Amino acid sequence: MNGIKTLADLKRKQEEVMSRMGQRNRGENPESLVQVKVAMATCGIASGAKEVMEYFMDELDRKEIDAVVTQTGCMGYCFAEPTVEITLPGREAIVFGYVDIRKAGEIIERYIGEGELLDGIIPQNYNTI
Amino acid sequence: MSKYKMHLLVCGGTGCHSSESYRLYETLRDQVEKRGLERDVQVILTGCFGFCEKGAILKVMPDNTFYTQVKPSDAEEILDEHIIKGRRVHRLLYTNPETEEHVPDSKQMDFYRKQLRIALRNCGAVDPENIDESIARDAYQALGKALTEYTPAETVDLIKRSGLRGRGGAGFPTGLKWEIAARNGADQKYVVCNADEGDPGAFMDRSILEGDPHSVLEAMAICGYCTGASKGLVYIRAEYPLAIKRLKIAIGQAREYGLLGEHILGTDFSFDVTLRYGAGAFVCGEETALIHSMEGKRGEPSNKPPFPAQSGYLGKPSNVNNVETFANIPVIILKGAEWFSAIGTGRSKGTKVFALAGKINNVGLIEVPMGITLREIIYEIGGGIKNGKKFKAVQTGGPSGGCLTEKHLDTPIDYESLTAAGSMMGSGGMIVLDEDDCMVSVAKFYLGFIVEESCGKCAPCRIGNKRLHEALTRITEGKGEADDIDRLRNLGTVIKDTSLCGLGQTSPNPVLSTLDNFMDEYREHVHDRKCRSGQCRGLLFYVISKDDCIGCMACRRVCPTHAISGEKKGVHVIDQHICIKCGACMEKCQFDAISLRNDYPRATAAAAVQEESSTHS
Repeated sequence: MNGIKTLADLKRKQEEVMSRMGQRNRGENPESLVQVKVAMATCGIASGAKEVMEYFMDELDRKEIDAVVTQTGCMGYCFAEPTVEITLPGREAIVFGYVDIRKAGEIIERYIGEGELLDGIIPQNYNTI
Repeated sequence: MSKYKMHLLVCGGTGCHSSESYRLYETLRDQVEKRGLERDVQVILTGCFGFCEKGAILKVMPDNTFYTQVKPSDAEEILDEHIIKGRRVHRLLYTNPETEEHVPDSKQMDFYRKQLRIALRNCGAVDPENIDESIARDAYQALGKALTEYTPAETVDLIKRSGLRGRGGAGFPTGLKWEIAARNGADQKYVVCNADEGDPGAFMDRSILEGDPHSVLEAMAICGYCTGASKGLVYIRAEYPLAIKRLKIAIGQAREYGLLGEHILGTDFSFDVTLRYGAGAFVCGEETALIHSMEGKRGEPSNKPPFPAQSGYLGKPSNVNNVETFANIPVIILKGAEWFSAIGTGRSKGTKVFALAGKINNVGLIEVPMGITLREIIYEIGGGIKNGKKFKAVQTGGPSGGCLTEKHLDTPIDYESLTAAGSMMGSGGMIVLDEDDCMVSVAKFYLGFIVEESCGKCAPCRIGNKRLHEALTRITEGKGEADDIDRLRNLGTVIKDTSLCGLGQTSPNPVLSTLDNFMDEYREHVHDRKCRSGQCRGLLFYVISKDDCIGCMACRRVCPTHAISGEKKGVHVIDQHICIKCGACMEKCQFDAISLRNDYPRATAAAAVQEESSTHS
């Protein structure tokens, strides 16, 4: 442990720890942030969902976009794995299918960044109660 | 640096600790390691989540899943299902008692919806044994801001403008207290944190120290900067071992980082904190008694003035604040006085932590904005009265407070309106009573506590409270005398007016407020020899039903005092004068013919007692 000698030291330390704990603190106000849910059931993991999730976390962090990245169970679109559900603040959730790392980059850049709709949206064919 | 994808927050407060949360934490950690997930999943022990009713609590972030009553044996399933496959373990989710539906997200729980957590902001969110986590959540930023941007006088002014008042009970304005301590010149001054939490049922100070010790240390340093003190002392009762352990760890880590010690953050300000242990005496929560106890003297209060701000610990100016008061300070400095004073009511700003206990569904620790009504606390946050019983009263302020009844349900809760209703804020114990509780017994319970805890220095408190307790005991045993009620009120008023310290001055409150609100019950006890809730054993009667008794003689044989008479196959009768109410007959009876009643021979019994007393005289 190094000493904290100035206020700037303290702020630096805070940032350093924050980046490790970020997901926990952001989880407290998910409504106001971008929410990314990666389907991580057996089918998803087999198709590479783990890597995609990792990519989302790193890339959103690098771009300094406040987002909550969570994993969820099978969404039922096993044919289109990996599937990712994105909820922008104040908008309906949208599910993207066949998300590989290239597609994930595009989603972050264009949908999360610019709010533009992309190809690859899976129409929601069920209602939740 | 790698990032954790998921965080498993296990409650490490005292309540959950007794539900084996420590073993749950260890099992989770082992399971995470076994699966090689330690780089992705972080498991930590946090402070209290407040939902003590359903411990042990496990919260999973970032998806806000709230698991209740988790056992160590559930760890494996949680990891396999939730962490790896992303499927929540439904049977462990919190269930809404009304709709009987699982509530996966803690934000949707009624218990949390109306709360505003300022003093408890980090309880349940950080690992209290790791200073880094607190730093990530702004710990010591307020100290840095005060040291670099404000003069001590400006900082005091900010606290004054925020309207913060002492959370220990009396509600003295904190900024003003600091200003007085700052004004008195001396070569050495002290900042004292009062962690001697003694009200039966209150545990907010303990929870703050266990869950977020750095907020208190930081605030003490800020107070030191404002008042010119370089030494801080935490007076904590030795019966809070977990809080002491975490405080010690926190002080050690803060010193290591240089956040306590010489030249904090490169400034000329130096401050350090040490601990002083108390033996757990209620009177030591009174600041002069507390200071005497820290000096190694008897824990007895002394006359004010001199106030501790003039002559306190070792005769030096000392500023004493309560744990919860301190925990509010850093946020006020970071967010501003205006932000804080916008919360609450006219003269009571901010929030207050209450320990909800008694006959209520959600027992636990809550923090609510001042001005919230009792109804909101009991029926929304607290989830209503247990087993659908009828609400009777709520006891606030512990032994110094009083009872609020149904007519106070919509009174906004703040310092003034509680005092006006005959109770007080106190340190924030809130015990909910239902129709099964006897108000005379409740008053007797608190007076019993006071008799034990009175230090004995002044006569009104030492002798007066003993007499009050004796009168109450008489009444609950069915031996109340006609003028006992007046005597209670007169004596109570005298004790209130003549006692030396706050303990004695408030000790008759439980009696006086129950007299005000539940006079009927007192009258019933004294005149009708009846306890409507059936709590007072001395006022209950074992009665044999004429219709159900078959005259088997079993009860007659088992009665140790031969109080039962009756012939074989004839109805038996209990002589209430001889009966000692042991209950042996009721246990023996195979035909459910014997019952315990509070209204049976009311007239007969009262007449009998009178007759007895007249023959004696």
